[in-house]
Amino acid sequence: MDPRNPNDLSICGTLHSVDQYLNIKLTDISVTDPEKYPHMLSVKNCFIRGSVVHYVQLPADEVDTQLLQDAARKEASQQKQ
Amino acid sequence: MADDVDQQQTTNTVEEPLDLIRLSLDERIYVKMRNDRELRGRLHAYDQHLNMILGDVEETVTTIEIDEEAYDEIYKSTKWNIPMLFVRGDGVVLVAPPLRVG
Repeated sequence: MDPRNPNDLSICGTLHSVDQYLNIKLTDISVTDPEKYPHMLSVKNCFIRGSVVHYVQLPADEVDTQLLQDAARKEASQQKQ
Repeated sequence: MADDVDQQQTTNTVEEPLDLIRLSLDERIYVKMRNDRELRGRLHAYDQHLNMILGDVEETVTTIEIDEEAYDEIYKSTKWNIPMLFVRGDGVVLVAPPLRVG
Protein backbone atom coordinates (compact mmCIF):
# COMPACT_ATOMS: atom_id res chain seq x y z
CA MET A 1 0.00 0.00 0.00
CA ASP A 2 1.69 3.04 -1.28
CA PRO A 3 -0.01 6.45 -1.43
CA ARG A 4 1.73 8.95 -3.65
CA ASN A 5 1.13 12.59 -2.81
CA PRO A 6 1.14 15.43 -5.30
CA ASN A 7 4.15 17.08 -3.68
CA ASP A 8 6.03 13.96 -4.75
CA LEU A 9 6.18 12.34 -1.35
CA SER A 10 5.66 8.59 -1.58
CA ILE A 11 4.85 6.67 1.55
CA CYS A 12 4.70 2.92 1.94
CA GLY A 13 2.83 1.36 4.81
CA THR A 14 0.09 -0.87 6.12
CA LEU A 15 -3.46 0.35 5.71
CA HIS A 16 -4.99 0.79 9.14
CA SER A 17 -8.22 2.53 8.19
CA VAL A 18 -10.02 4.63 5.61
CA ASP A 19 -13.04 6.90 5.94
CA GLN A 20 -15.68 8.30 3.63
CA TYR A 21 -13.39 11.14 2.55
CA LEU A 22 -10.69 8.63 1.70
CA ASN A 23 -8.49 9.97 4.50
CA ILE A 24 -5.98 7.22 5.22
CA LYS A 25 -4.28 6.00 8.38
CA LEU A 26 -1.09 4.10 7.74
CA THR A 27 1.01 2.23 10.26
CA ASP A 28 4.65 1.24 10.18
CA ILE A 29 5.52 3.56 7.35
CA SER A 30 8.63 4.05 5.30
CA VAL A 31 9.32 6.60 2.61
CA THR A 32 9.61 5.04 -0.84
CA ASP A 33 11.49 6.83 -3.64
CA PRO A 34 14.84 8.31 -2.64
CA GLU A 35 14.51 9.68 0.83
CA LYS A 36 14.44 13.31 -0.08
CA TYR A 37 12.34 13.99 3.00
CA PRO A 38 14.41 13.05 6.05
CA HIS A 39 11.92 14.65 8.42
CA MET A 40 9.84 11.49 8.21
CA LEU A 41 12.53 9.28 9.76
CA SER A 42 10.99 9.20 13.22
CA VAL A 43 7.40 8.80 12.05
CA LYS A 44 5.89 5.33 12.37
CA ASN A 45 2.18 5.98 11.92
CA CYS A 46 0.47 8.71 10.01
CA PHE A 47 -2.86 10.17 9.05
CA ILE A 48 -3.11 11.45 5.50
CA ARG A 49 -5.86 13.80 4.35
CA GLY A 50 -7.67 12.25 1.40
CA SER A 51 -7.61 15.39 -0.74
CA VAL A 52 -3.81 15.40 -1.07
CA VAL A 53 -3.52 11.81 -2.20
CA HIS A 54 -2.88 11.45 -5.92
CA TYR A 55 -2.40 7.73 -6.36
CA VAL A 56 -2.58 4.69 -4.16
CA GLN A 57 -0.65 1.69 -5.41
CA LEU A 58 -2.22 -1.59 -4.47
CA PRO A 59 -0.91 -5.16 -4.62
CA ALA A 60 -2.66 -6.74 -7.59
CA ASP A 61 -3.24 -10.09 -5.88
CA GLU A 62 -5.60 -8.68 -3.33
CA VAL A 63 -7.99 -7.18 -5.81
CA ASP A 64 -11.04 -9.00 -7.12
CA THR A 65 -11.55 -7.25 -10.43
CA GLN A 66 -14.89 -8.82 -11.18
CA LEU A 67 -16.35 -7.55 -7.93
CA LEU A 68 -14.97 -4.09 -8.61
CA GLN A 69 -16.48 -3.94 -12.05
CA ASP A 70 -19.90 -5.04 -10.88
CA ALA A 71 -19.79 -2.53 -8.03
CA ALA A 72 -18.79 0.25 -10.42
CA ARG A 73 -21.69 -0.50 -12.72
CA LYS A 74 -24.15 -0.49 -9.84
CA GLU A 75 -22.68 2.66 -8.36
CA ALA A 76 -22.92 4.44 -11.68
CA SER A 77 -26.52 3.56 -12.28
CA GLN A 78 -27.47 4.50 -8.72
CA GLN A 79 -25.86 7.89 -9.11
CA LYS A 80 -27.97 8.65 -12.12
CA GLN A 81 -31.20 8.31 -10.20
CA MET B 1 -45.73 -1.07 -16.01
CA ALA B 2 -43.56 1.65 -17.45
CA ASP B 3 -42.39 2.51 -13.92
CA ASP B 4 -41.02 -0.99 -13.41
CA VAL B 5 -38.95 -0.74 -16.53
CA ASP B 6 -37.55 2.63 -15.46
CA GLN B 7 -36.38 1.19 -12.17
CA GLN B 8 -34.11 -1.39 -13.76
CA GLN B 9 -30.67 -1.32 -12.15
CA THR B 10 -28.44 -1.02 -15.21
CA THR B 11 -29.78 0.47 -18.42
CA ASN B 12 -28.12 -0.09 -21.72
CA THR B 13 -28.84 3.37 -23.10
CA VAL B 14 -26.14 6.01 -23.02
CA GLU B 15 -27.62 9.03 -21.26
CA GLU B 16 -24.71 10.98 -19.87
CA PRO B 17 -20.92 11.14 -20.10
CA LEU B 18 -20.37 8.73 -17.22
CA ASP B 19 -22.23 6.09 -19.21
CA LEU B 20 -19.54 6.27 -21.84
CA ILE B 21 -17.00 5.42 -19.20
CA ARG B 22 -19.18 2.55 -18.04
CA LEU B 23 -18.89 1.09 -21.55
CA SER B 24 -15.12 1.02 -21.09
CA LEU B 25 -15.11 -1.12 -17.95
CA ASP B 26 -12.61 -3.96 -18.24
CA GLU B 27 -11.17 -2.35 -21.35
CA ARG B 28 -7.89 -0.58 -21.74
CA ILE B 29 -8.21 3.20 -21.56
CA TYR B 30 -6.08 6.29 -21.73
CA VAL B 31 -6.31 8.83 -18.93
CA LYS B 32 -4.79 12.28 -19.02
CA MET B 33 -4.00 13.80 -15.64
CA ARG B 34 -2.81 17.11 -14.31
CA ASN B 35 0.93 17.82 -14.12
CA ASP B 36 1.57 16.40 -17.60
CA ARG B 37 0.90 12.82 -16.60
CA GLU B 38 -0.77 10.14 -18.66
CA LEU B 39 -1.92 6.68 -17.72
CA ARG B 40 -2.79 3.70 -19.86
CA GLY B 41 -4.41 0.81 -18.11
CA ARG B 42 -7.38 -1.52 -17.76
CA LEU B 43 -10.37 0.14 -16.11
CA HIS B 44 -11.71 -1.91 -13.22
CA ALA B 45 -13.83 0.61 -11.35
CA TYR B 46 -14.85 4.24 -11.29
CA ASP B 47 -17.31 6.54 -9.56
CA GLN B 48 -18.96 9.88 -10.13
CA HIS B 49 -15.89 11.73 -8.80
CA LEU B 50 -13.85 9.98 -11.46
CA ASN B 51 -11.84 8.16 -8.85
CA MET B 52 -10.70 5.08 -10.77
CA ILE B 53 -9.03 1.76 -10.23
CA LEU B 54 -6.75 0.74 -13.06
CA GLY B 55 -4.85 -2.50 -13.53
CA ASP B 56 -1.63 -3.08 -15.50
CA VAL B 57 -0.95 0.61 -15.65
CA GLU B 58 1.77 2.39 -17.53
CA GLU B 59 2.33 5.95 -16.32
CA THR B 60 4.08 8.51 -18.49
CA VAL B 61 5.38 11.75 -17.01
CA THR B 62 6.46 14.36 -19.54
CA THR B 63 8.89 17.12 -18.68
CA ILE B 64 10.21 19.90 -20.85
CA GLU B 65 13.79 20.95 -20.57
CA ILE B 66 14.91 24.10 -22.25
CA ASP B 67 18.27 24.15 -23.92
CA GLU B 68 19.52 27.64 -23.15
CA GLU B 69 22.00 27.82 -25.99
CA ALA B 70 19.91 26.54 -28.84
CA TYR B 71 16.59 27.78 -27.42
CA ASP B 72 15.21 24.36 -28.12
CA GLU B 73 12.65 22.60 -26.00
CA ILE B 74 13.55 19.02 -25.25
CA TYR B 75 10.64 16.77 -24.27
CA LYS B 76 11.54 14.04 -21.90
CA SER B 77 9.15 11.39 -20.75
CA THR B 78 9.63 8.76 -18.11
CA LYS B 79 7.45 5.69 -17.88
CA TRP B 80 6.90 3.07 -15.28
CA ASN B 81 4.49 0.21 -14.75
CA ILE B 82 2.23 -0.36 -11.80
CA PRO B 83 0.18 -3.56 -11.38
CA MET B 84 -2.85 -2.03 -9.63
CA LEU B 85 -3.52 1.63 -8.99
CA PHE B 86 -6.22 3.75 -7.40
CA VAL B 87 -6.40 7.21 -8.98
CA ARG B 88 -8.12 10.09 -7.20
CA GLY B 89 -10.60 11.89 -9.41
CA ASP B 90 -9.16 15.34 -8.56
CA GLY B 91 -6.28 14.87 -10.94
CA VAL B 92 -8.17 13.42 -13.89
CA VAL B 93 -8.53 15.66 -16.94
CA LEU B 94 -9.46 13.30 -19.77
CA VAL B 95 -10.64 9.73 -20.23
CA ALA B 96 -10.54 8.07 -23.64
CA PRO B 97 -9.98 4.78 -25.42
CA PRO B 98 -6.27 4.18 -25.98
CA LEU B 99 -4.87 6.36 -28.76
CA ARG B 100 -3.77 4.48 -31.82
CA VAL B 101 -0.80 6.41 -33.12
CA GLY B 102 -0.68 5.67 -36.87
